[in-house]
Amino acid sequence: MDLARVSRHAEAEWWVEPHGAMRVPAVVYASEPLMREMDEKVYEQACNVASLPGIVKAAYAMPDAHWGYGFPIGGVAAFDEEEGVISAGGVGFDISCGVRLLETPLTREQLEPFKQALADALYHEVPVGMGRTGRVHLDDAELDAMLAGGARWAVEQGYGAWEDLPRIEEGGCMAGARPESVSRRARSRQADEMGTLGSGNHYLEVQHVARVEDARLAEAYGLREGQVVVSIHCGSRGLGHQIGTEYLREMSLEAARHGLTLPDRELACAPIRSDVGREYLGAMRAAINCALANREIITHLVRRAFERVTGVSGLRLLFDVSHNTCKVEEHEVDGKRRRLFVHRKGATRAFGPGHPDLPPGLREVGQPVLIGGSMGTASYVLAGTEESEARAFSSSAHGAGRSHSRHDALRLWRGREVVDSLASRGILIRSPSMRGVAEEAPGAYKNVVEVVDAAEVAGLSHKVARLEPLACIKG
Amino acid sequence: MHAETQPPGGGERSWGHLRHGSDIGVWGRGRTLEEAFERAGVALCAVMTEPSRVEPREAVAVCCEAPDVEVLFSDWLNALVYEMAARRMLFSRFEVHLADGRLEGRAWGEPVDVARHEPAVEVKAATLTGLRVKREEDGGWYAQCVVDV
Repeated sequence: MDLARVSRHAEAEWWVEPHGAMRVPAVVYASEPLMREMDEKVYEQACNVASLPGIVKAAYAMPDAHWGYGFPIGGVAAFDEEEGVISAGGVGFDISCGVRLLETPLTREQLEPFKQALADALYHEVPVGMGRTGRVHLDDAELDAMLAGGARWAVEQGYGAWEDLPRIEEGGCMAGARPESVSRRARSRQADEMGTLGSGNHYLEVQHVARVEDARLAEAYGLREGQVVVSIHCGSRGLGHQIGTEYLREMSLEAARHGLTLPDRELACAPIRSDVGREYLGAMRAAINCALANREIITHLVRRAFERVTGVSGLRLLFDVSHNTCKVEEHEVDGKRRRLFVHRKGATRAFGPGHPDLPPGLREVGQPVLIGGSMGTASYVLAGTEESEARAFSSSAHGAGRSHSRHDALRLWRGREVVDSLASRGILIRSPSMRGVAEEAPGAYKNVVEVVDAAEVAGLSHKVARLEPLACIKG
Repeated sequence: MHAETQPPGGGERSWGHLRHGSDIGVWGRGRTLEEAFERAGVALCAVMTEPSRVEPREAVAVCCEAPDVEVLFSDWLNALVYEMAARRMLFSRFEVHLADGRLEGRAWGEPVDVARHEPAVEVKAATLTGLRVKREEDGGWYAQCVVDV
């Protein structure tokens, strides 16, 4: 990004003052090196978001922001209920894609004799990649129940554990879902996909805590150095993709009817108080429940494989966070509490200490913010901070973001060589596609350390622990 | 990060991919609009697997209708994404007929065989990003957009 077009307000905070159609500033949180590397499109898209009706305070971009459609990936924007809009492009196609982290009582050394068998068992147990169906098949009535119930439905069906629910955003069940707003096509894409991981950057990774960055918070989260943990990264699968496709099209074609002048067609949106706005909100919330149920079922499969191989049961869920959502939240704006529709696209909710929506055990210290890695690189656990609310409506980064296109990655790496090279570092990869592994090579991603450092310097979240991979199941 | 949505200049290729930071662009070029759409279908297949590995054993009919030709192109790709996902198939051969804003087409392919096709990634949707359908100087047609993977 051209730094001549932004003004620096703090070490990791850059502003674009309102100009043209912008109603509010655009604010980018990033270090200077990340800013220099960042897409020009992030500037353009953040300015476009800042021009939407009813936007409150500013359009924000997180340190891992890059070019998306309509909103940048890593974009955050909150809208007033009366004047504001809801945007399908501001949520994304993979609705409620997110990460959860399971804690095990094992140390890295204790796991070592089981590592190969565990990688094989997880690969066997959890369906990954394109064309794989899950073992849970839902008819229409069961789909309705899942779309209304989320992870709570999954637990009721015997997948997962009741004690997981408080450790999931919304207690595992997003209120206000409208299964009746989910089309026949979206349903048919999901009927056989429950409990599947998907492909691309989605993964299931066995990791160890390589370094504790904040001893007090790590203890509160139950993390200690050398401990084995499991991360699951996936979303709402075909159902969410289809809902995104259908509403993006409808909002794009009907914007003018709602009196909206879009600076860019892909910034498709509708008034929150319009019929299509309400329908999208209901369908999107149903897709959030689908993602929460999906991650809960996968968790059940992971626990089963883990117990069979290592004899260890009851892996505890630290937390489950979503990256692509629009949620109704209260935030302080100019000294007043306001009810806002907060879009986070490729961004994580990061409630600070004392937030009433956090469960006991986390409320005192702040919400875990989980930053995903990329097979060979580190992942991070951070915590929401008090100042995060004032910075970006309690939001933080979500991952490293790609630095090389898939095309370049295929030119630079061979899947087999990536697998062998990671194996020589003690990291086992299981994947149905060597081409997929090459496209997702660790070198194709930005340096995650720069992203989490910038998030910390900007006051968006605080580092708790660094995780490193031991085995990765990749779609 | 560098992002391109410009079609590659010159050359004889009739379909291909565009560099994009996190996703990937697909394009097709043809003597007619129909041919450009068909070839973009091959580019879509090539995001997931090598098209020559997909045998055109079964045909699936696809219909869509849109108020303009760019939205129609996006709808065509999204219809293919939907049919592949719902039927767990890959398509490698395409036929498109256009009339009065309506597309009637067919796609040939086979069920996904993970061992043989080694699908690298599934396409979630065709986006409106980089969406462009245009007539070229030589009278041919060109169509492109970014797909979310």
